[in-house]
Amino acid sequence: MISAGLDIGSRTIALVELNNLETVRSDLVDTGYSPLETARALLATLPPGATITATGYGRHAAKADFAHRVVTEIKAHALGVGHFVPDARTVLDIGGQDTKVILLDGLGNLEDFQMNDKCAAGTGKFLEVMAGALGYITVEEFGRESLLGSPGTKISSMCTVFAESEAVSLMHKGVDRRDIGWALHASVVERTMGLLQRVGYQTPLVFTGGVAMNPCILTMLRKQVKGLVVVPENPQLIGALGAALA
Amino acid sequence: MATDYRKMWDKIGLDLDAHGQLMQVLPPTYKDVYLSQSNRPDSMEYFDFVVSEIHGLRIQELQEHKSNGGKVIGTFCVFVPEEIIRAAGAICIGLCSGVEIGAAQAEKVLPRNVCPLIKSFMGFKLAKVCPYFESCDMVVGETTCDGKKKAFEILNDYVPVHVMETPQMKREKDRALWRSEVQDFVVRVEEYTGNQINLENIQRSIKDVNNKRLALLRLAGLRKQNPAPISGKDSLLIEQIAMYDDVERFTLKVNELCDELETRVQGNNGVHAADAPRIIVTGTPMAIPNWKVPHIIESAGAVIVAEELCTGLRYFENTVAENGTNLDQSIDAIAERYLGINCACFTPNEGRMEKLVRLAKEYNADGIIHCSLAFCDPYLIEANRVEKVLKEHGIPLLKIETDYGQEDTGQLQTRVEAFLEMIR
Repeated sequence: MISAGLDIGSRTIALVELNNLETVRSDLVDTGYSPLETARALLATLPPGATITATGYGRHAAKADFAHRVVTEIKAHALGVGHFVPDARTVLDIGGQDTKVILLDGLGNLEDFQMNDKCAAGTGKFLEVMAGALGYITVEEFGRESLLGSPGTKISSMCTVFAESEAVSLMHKGVDRRDIGWALHASVVERTMGLLQRVGYQTPLVFTGGVAMNPCILTMLRKQVKGLVVVPENPQLIGALGAALA
Repeated sequence: MATDYRKMWDKIGLDLDAHGQLMQVLPPTYKDVYLSQSNRPDSMEYFDFVVSEIHGLRIQELQEHKSNGGKVIGTFCVFVPEEIIRAAGAICIGLCSGVEIGAAQAEKVLPRNVCPLIKSFMGFKLAKVCPYFESCDMVVGETTCDGKKKAFEILNDYVPVHVMETPQMKREKDRALWRSEVQDFVVRVEEYTGNQINLENIQRSIKDVNNKRLALLRLAGLRKQNPAPISGKDSLLIEQIAMYDDVERFTLKVNELCDELETRVQGNNGVHAADAPRIIVTGTPMAIPNWKVPHIIESAGAVIVAEELCTGLRYFENTVAENGTNLDQSIDAIAERYLGINCACFTPNEGRMEKLVRLAKEYNADGIIHCSLAFCDPYLIEANRVEKVLKEHGIPLLKIETDYGQEDTGQLQTRVEAFLEMIR
């Protein structure tokens, strides 16, 4: 039986195709300006008869168009993480425009969850904007370089617009951009820790989403979380995998 | 609206352009949220009609009442005793609104970050787009929260406001204060209307308003059935209309609807599948036309079975004792009934937690959604107490904070759907 999971996020679309629970194909592309068209192009080579389950912000639009079923990102991540780390107790997913913390009972069942408020502060989008403000071409470079920065500089605003102007005025003062980057990453981690503490996180904690590939965030998070933090091999595909498993 | 009411609106003093824009928003929203529902009870036709005539026929009735020498008194809270207004021959109209309008005007006198309900009623008044507001010669405020309390001082620049002091605790001295506030209100209403309140008219008024509450309680009782015979959205609409419709006609129509629902229950004819998750909504009032969160909840496949809200059970769950043998006793009975409301302005407010636990059992609810308006400190903070008690009783809870804007619909949808996945 072929089952496909499609995670239509704000920044990327992920597809995982399972044949009797074995991954036979996985893809990750930019969402682009027409999420449904991008998704349809990904699905073009899918074998006929495959069950398509959509998740992510575009799930309902996909259901109206071609998907057979929908699950929320929350459930999809719980299932996807459970596949890799069956005894996981917490999932932290930082995506393009939201942050989710999901508590699991250790048997794969959802216990509780929290999401950031409507503003995208502290998410992938925040880091992307800040990378641009500091003159980095890619977010990867921004993460790598910021890890080399030193503590001491502080960004106090979590609003993307205000934080950007804080970063700009620090640059004008001559502060090293790696130190500013360090401060920006620290502010994201501080906010994330707040969310984790609000739900009373347990470990093992599995970190997913595009931001899980940022070495600076991961290093800072590992310093603050008491216990094991695991990042799966393809953290951006976990939602799609979970949808395929749903 | 079939009839052209522009002449009437102009005479009342509305800003016709701004009002026209407001009236364009409502019909498409109503179509999406209400008329798209399947298998609605036929008796909803009356309530659909009332909404379609929201600024038409009902306003015409109020104007006729006024031209016959009657008064219209506006209120913003379920604490203001409708019985007293009605006994003096005046019509009581709930003025709270659930749509962001006139924000720019409101922000001339209010801070930007303030409760959307407060900003909305101030905006309605300043932008001159609410014919109900413009039909009121007096409005009644209360001291339930700091935001409203201070906003009423400003509102008094535009329309006379009588403010009732609602106590913050429920001790005997607080009850005494509230009784004296209700007594003062009687005098104020008598002065204002020129009509004397006596045992006869207060008893009749108590009975009329009790009948309205009993009809709403009957409706609430029918929703305990599984499958629920009516949607939560339709029920909320009726509870919103209760705030401004003619009391006797409304009571009759709600009872007619209940007759139909009883037949539905016998035929096991529900609006949602019998296995749909049953949800209780609690928190801040959802004033018309704020249907945002209920629409998200029911579109996700759940059915709302009760509203522990001011636009809900808090408005109708207790009736006034009808056995007063003199005017003072009747007025005291009114005061007593109103102090039974479990508003988050009280400290402590354990009655609300106990109520929620009891409701979850009575209505066989699978979960509770706590929905609070942004900047509403009393409810946002009390959500912590609610969470604690519900956890002790193993009742799943989702907390939502939102306003009248639509930009967070996607996030709210995800949260609500995930909550339903969790409790299914």
